[in-house]
Amino acid sequence: MQPKLNLLDEDLNGRIIEEAFQLMLKPGIKVQNAEARSLLAEAGALVDEETLVVKIPGQIVHKALETVPRQFHLYDYDGNPKVQYGGDAVQFDPGSSGVTVLNPITLEHKTAESEDLIRIIKVAESLPQYDAQSTAVVCHDVPKDLHDLYRLYLVMLFSKKPIVTGAFSNTTVHHMIDMLAIFAGGRENLREHPRAIFDVCPSPPLIWSNFGAGNLITLARAGVPAEIVSMPLAGAASPVTLLGSVTQHAAECLSGITIHQLAHPGSPIVWGGAPAIFDMRKGGTPFGAVETGMIDSSYAQVGKSLGLPTHAYLGATESKLLDTQAGLESGVGAMIGALSGINMISGSGMLDSLICQSAEKLVTDAEGVAMAKRMVQGMKVHTETLATQFYEGVNFKGGDFLKQKATMQLFQKEQHMPSKVIDRDSMRGWRESGSMDTFTRAKIRVDEILAAYRRPELDIAKENELHAFVLDLAQKAGVEHLPMLEDFQPV
Amino acid sequence: MSEELYKEMAQSIIDGDSDIAIELAKKSIELKMHPLETITKGFVIGVNYIGDQFGAGEAFLPELVMAGEAMKAAVAVLEPELLKLGEAREMMGKVVLATVEGDIHEIGKTLVGTMLSASGFEVVDLGVDQPADKIIGKALEINADIIGMSALLTTTMVRQREVIEELDKEGLRPRIKVMVGGAPITRDWVTKIKADGYSEDAIGAVKIAKELVGKADQ
Repeated sequence: MQPKLNLLDEDLNGRIIEEAFQLMLKPGIKVQNAEARSLLAEAGALVDEETLVVKIPGQIVHKALETVPRQFHLYDYDGNPKVQYGGDAVQFDPGSSGVTVLNPITLEHKTAESEDLIRIIKVAESLPQYDAQSTAVVCHDVPKDLHDLYRLYLVMLFSKKPIVTGAFSNTTVHHMIDMLAIFAGGRENLREHPRAIFDVCPSPPLIWSNFGAGNLITLARAGVPAEIVSMPLAGAASPVTLLGSVTQHAAECLSGITIHQLAHPGSPIVWGGAPAIFDMRKGGTPFGAVETGMIDSSYAQVGKSLGLPTHAYLGATESKLLDTQAGLESGVGAMIGALSGINMISGSGMLDSLICQSAEKLVTDAEGVAMAKRMVQGMKVHTETLATQFYEGVNFKGGDFLKQKATMQLFQKEQHMPSKVIDRDSMRGWRESGSMDTFTRAKIRVDEILAAYRRPELDIAKENELHAFVLDLAQKAGVEHLPMLEDFQPV
Repeated sequence: MSEELYKEMAQSIIDGDSDIAIELAKKSIELKMHPLETITKGFVIGVNYIGDQFGAGEAFLPELVMAGEAMKAAVAVLEPELLKLGEAREMMGKVVLATVEGDIHEIGKTLVGTMLSASGFEVVDLGVDQPADKIIGKALEINADIIGMSALLTTTMVRQREVIEELDKEGLRPRIKVMVGGAPITRDWVTKIKADGYSEDAIGAVKIAKELVGKADQ
C-alpha cells in the first residue's frame, strides 16, 4: 500500500472544482493570446475582445478533460520510458531556471554560466534519486536570446535522462522542439517518444499571457508534453486562504488544459504548479513553508480526482546556505510531495526561493529524496509470517538476527543505504574522519561524483547537427562562437 | 481638541481604516483645521508608526498596504482644501514607477508606490510591461525626480539597463535618478547597470527615495 497524504475530503474536493468552474465564468479568464481566444470562441466561449476576458462554459472544459491523456511517459536518450506521468508515480528533478549558483568555497551566490550548469548536470546525472534532468540554471555567458535553448543544448550534450525544461518566448519554443527532434530522429519520433516536457506558466490571477497561451498551443500541436506551472501566491496574487488559492490554481489549470486540448486534442499535459504563500514580513515566496506544501498537496489531490498527471515545486528552501534550515525545509517539502503521490517534484538543489542552484545541495537533497521515495514504498510484506518464522533458534540474544540468511537477503530491500553525506558514525569515528559537517561532506561527495563522471557516448553526427543548429542561432544573435566546453569539441 | 483628533487620525491609519480616515479628514475641514497640519501632525504620524513597526518586524505587509491606502484616502479629501488655500502639500519628489517591458509582475512595485505616496511622494505608476520610451517619456512629462523600475524575471531585468543607457544617452542623468528593484536584482547588478538606488523592500525604497531627493532627514 502506497501511503498517501489526503488533505481534502470528497466534499471539499468537489467544492474546489465547482468554484473553479464558476471562476472561469465569473470573473472569467483573461486570455491575451488572439489564437487562444479564437479557439475558445469557436468552441462556444464568450469572448470580450476589448477586455480580453473569456467566459469559459463548463461543457467546453469537460470536453477537454475527456481528451486529455491520463498517462504518458518521458523517454531517455536511448528511447527507454523512464518517467511516468499519471497515477501515483513519484519522481524528482532538480529545480529549474536558477539565476545564481552557490560557490562552495566563497559561499557567494555567483551569476550562473555554462560551467556551472554543466557541473549541476553532471551531479544530477550521477544521482539515481533524480529521475529527470532540469534545465537548472540560466547561463549568462551566452546572449539573452539563447538563454532558454542553450540550457537544453547543454543538458542534451551531458545527459541521457529525460528533461524538464521550458521556453522563454514563442519563438524559442520552436527552436527547442527542433533541437529535441534532432536527437529523436524527427518531429514524429519526438511526438511518439518525447524526451522533454515544457513548463508553461499562467499569470496569477487567472491570466493566460500571450506568451503562455501561445506556447500551450505550439506544444499541443507538436505533441510535446506541456506542464502547467500555475503560481497562486496566497495573500497577494490569489486569495489568502489556502483553499482559495487551490481553487484559483484549478481554474488556471482547467482553462489552460482547455486551450491546449482545443489546439490539439489528446496531446499530453500536466496539472502542475509552483504556488506559494506570500510572506507578509518580507514579501517573498517561501517555497519551504509548510502551507506552500499544503497548497501543492491539495491541488495535486484535485488533479488526481480529475484523472490528470501531476507536478509540483517542492524540496526548495529560502535559506542562502546549505544549513539546517535548508535541510529541514527541503526534507519536509520532498516528503509532502512524495506522500501526495505527485508525479514530478521539482525544486531540489534550490536555495534562496528558487533563485540559486547548488550542486552541494543536490547531493544533500538526494538523501531527502531517497527517504521520501522509501517512505512511499510503504510497509512491505517480504515473508510468509511477519515475524514468527524469524525466531527459530533465537536464544534471546541480541545479534542473533544478524546471522540469519533473511537479514542478508532483505536488508537492502528494507533499508535505504545513504551516501556518506549522511553521518551515522560514532563520535570517535566522526572525529577521526575529520569532524565534518553536512556541507563539508556534500562538497566531498560532489568532487567524487565529478571525478567519476564521463560524458555519455552520443551519436556524433547528431551532436554535431545540434551544435550547428545552436551555433547558427547564436550567430544570428550576434556572437561568433559558443562558449568552449571541456568535454565536447564539435567537428 | 485637535490633539485628540490628531491621535484618532494616526490611529485610523494604523488600523488601515480608510472609512474612518476619510471621516476624520472631513471633520477636520468642518472644524477649519489647517489641512497641511492635519496631514503632518495627524495622518503621517500613523504612517511613520506602521513603517517603524514593519521595520521592527512587528507589523506585516497587509497592515502596511492598508495603512497606505487609508493615507491615500485621507489625503484625497484634504488636497482640494489645500488647493483652495493656494497651498500644496510640499511633496518629497516626483516618481515614475513601472515594471519593465516583457514583465507583468507588479506586487512589489505597487507596494513601493503605495509607501512612496504615503510618505509624501507624488507617484505615477505606469503599470506593467512598459517599454523604455514610455517610462522616460512620462518622466519628462511630469518632470520626475526619480524613475523606479521593477523586474521579477531574469529575462527582463536587462531592460532596466536599457532604460538607464537611454537616459544617459539623452543626458538626463543625474537630473533623473533611477531606483531598481525585484527578486533577481542584486547589488552587483545595481552597480553593473549604474543605477542610483536599490532596496530589498518597500520601506527601504522610501528611505532610498528620500536620500536621492536629498531629504533623507524628513
